[in-house]
Amino acid sequence: MKNLIIAATFGVLISVTTFMSFTAVASGPSIQLDKANNDLSDKESLKKGFKTYINYCLGCHQLQYQRYNRTFADLGIEKADGVANYMYTGEKVGDHILNTMPEKEAAKWFGSAPPDLTLEARLRSPDWIYTYLRSFYIDKSRPFDVNNTVFKDVGMPHVLQGLQGVSTIDEHGNLSPAMGGSLTAEEYDVVVRDLTNFLEYVGEPNKLERKAMGYWVLAFLFFFFIISYFLKKEYWKDVH
Amino acid sequence: MLMKLATDFMGWIDKRLPVTDAWNKHLAQYPAPKNFNFWYFFGSLAMLVLVNQIVTGIWLTMNYEPSGAGAFASVEYIMRDVDFGWLLRYMHSTGASAFFVVVYMHMMRGLMYGSYQKPRELLWIFGMLIFLVLMAEAFMGYLLPWGNMSYWGAQVIISLFGAVPIIGDDLTLWIRGDYVISGATLNRFFALHVIAMPLVLVVLVFLHILALHEVGSNNPEGVDIKKPKGSVKPEELSKFTFHKQYSDKYDIVDAVPFHPYYSVKDIMGVAGFLFLFCWVMFFAPEGGGYFMEAPNFTPANGLKTPEHIAPVWYFGPFYTILRVVPDKLLGAVAMFGAIVMLFALPWFDRGVVKSVRYRSKLHLVNLIQFAICFVVLGALGTMPATPTANLIGVIASFGYFGFFIALWFYSKNENTKPVPERIAD
Repeated sequence: MKNLIIAATFGVLISVTTFMSFTAVASGPSIQLDKANNDLSDKESLKKGFKTYINYCLGCHQLQYQRYNRTFADLGIEKADGVANYMYTGEKVGDHILNTMPEKEAAKWFGSAPPDLTLEARLRSPDWIYTYLRSFYIDKSRPFDVNNTVFKDVGMPHVLQGLQGVSTIDEHGNLSPAMGGSLTAEEYDVVVRDLTNFLEYVGEPNKLERKAMGYWVLAFLFFFFIISYFLKKEYWKDVH
Repeated sequence: MLMKLATDFMGWIDKRLPVTDAWNKHLAQYPAPKNFNFWYFFGSLAMLVLVNQIVTGIWLTMNYEPSGAGAFASVEYIMRDVDFGWLLRYMHSTGASAFFVVVYMHMMRGLMYGSYQKPRELLWIFGMLIFLVLMAEAFMGYLLPWGNMSYWGAQVIISLFGAVPIIGDDLTLWIRGDYVISGATLNRFFALHVIAMPLVLVVLVFLHILALHEVGSNNPEGVDIKKPKGSVKPEELSKFTFHKQYSDKYDIVDAVPFHPYYSVKDIMGVAGFLFLFCWVMFFAPEGGGYFMEAPNFTPANGLKTPEHIAPVWYFGPFYTILRVVPDKLLGAVAMFGAIVMLFALPWFDRGVVKSVRYRSKLHLVNLIQFAICFVVLGALGTMPATPTANLIGVIASFGYFGFFIALWFYSKNENTKPVPERIAD
């Protein structure tokens, strides 16, 4: 009992002081990110996101660690459908999702070469991607006439401008639409959410499988713990 | 028939190698105090994690490519194209953090119950050597994914050696094998991580256990279960049979054979531990960005420094001590000093009473403040350096070193409680 009290005191003191030092020290202005609320199990959303990626992003940003056939299999895309609608430059289905942009030239064009985006969702989080793609605004001082509130002085143009239109920024940093694109704001959010969803998938294709397996493992370990507890009790009968 | 065959076979073996004798000496007839509590799970758990790291490590090595050009991509290859590669990798990465969790708990146990005191000084030293090699092992392993935090973390730590007077620059050059961290560094770290360090680790663990069984296990009461031969009435002796190496020299009381009593108990500990371990591994393998840091999802880039270079959490306490000292050389000295203090702990403590249960209130307070300072230093190590953080870090560093100094002073004439002769039921 006394032991328990000491252990509990230790635990409480340690957690309280850690928490206090964390809150006292945690700092740095962080950008308020919007929640992406994407759903990895929504295959239709993933397919649309994949399509948007192929059409708008792949020209500059490779997914060099991910293969077409793996993506087709995970997203439930038939091979023939995939080859016809997602592969445009004659690759084989087992190939990685690459583009043909020469890295050295690209670095000259944009200031730095467009990064590979396979792991972008793990590097920056889905919420970041979701917010970033909705945060471009007009800034005539930049090479492509746009800037971004999430990624200051970003080197890329607003590729989805045809869909979203363009926004202006006021002195408080608030964005307001200046010229509409082909989609309404709500429709555009859905497109970005699907794209974010796809990028989260591609960052870790096994995520759903991992969690599904995890429940079984934890269930097994739970019962294993109970059995091992009674086994221990049985053995220790002759000691106490 | 089959039984006889088995007995004959073991007889044949035992004539040539003392397998049964070793089994009895170290497991089935090893006297372990009957009152081990929660804190005594972590030794066997550390062993479990060591095995996990070695086995998953072997399988990872089969598909990992130790080169500056191929390392990062090969890790993603393991994550995507290797059957259950993601599982192997997460078992290994979560195992690294779990290793330090159990080792820190194991060390805390030693502090609480005085398991480092005479006659267990060498046992403690072996443990500290394991801890030291483990840190080197973890540090080198962290470079291997060749992410940007791998790169810059290694950059920061290796540059510490540059603080050594006169030979500093040559020393860092020698460690890196290049003027910057490069594929050459990666290759040598790979060699050290997969063969040199694990080999040393396994040998040290072997010695740690051998030394433990020579002096015998301590327990939460800090009461010796080995009494002088002939001093205990026969009816008070432990009812179990122990190996003659122990029972010939001592009268053994309040003990149980390690196997099966503690083997079944440790299985329960393993089940509980694995539940938590798998929870993290399957549902949060990045450990909230502490087990796998976000900048490591982009390849090593010598031109792009991460916004905030933080070591992995388990180096936090020592990193903070390094950082709060304004001078680089003195900081490095303080950091290594923090570990030297731990090594020397058996000699800082001049007391004879082992367990915190029978030591002074002052000792209890000192121990608690030490634990708190250690955790706070660890937390600070993962955070950006701000003036507030620095101030807290300085205070906690004083608390850390103060523990040893204060211990040395008060332990000589400490106001302890009477220690019982025997472990109560």
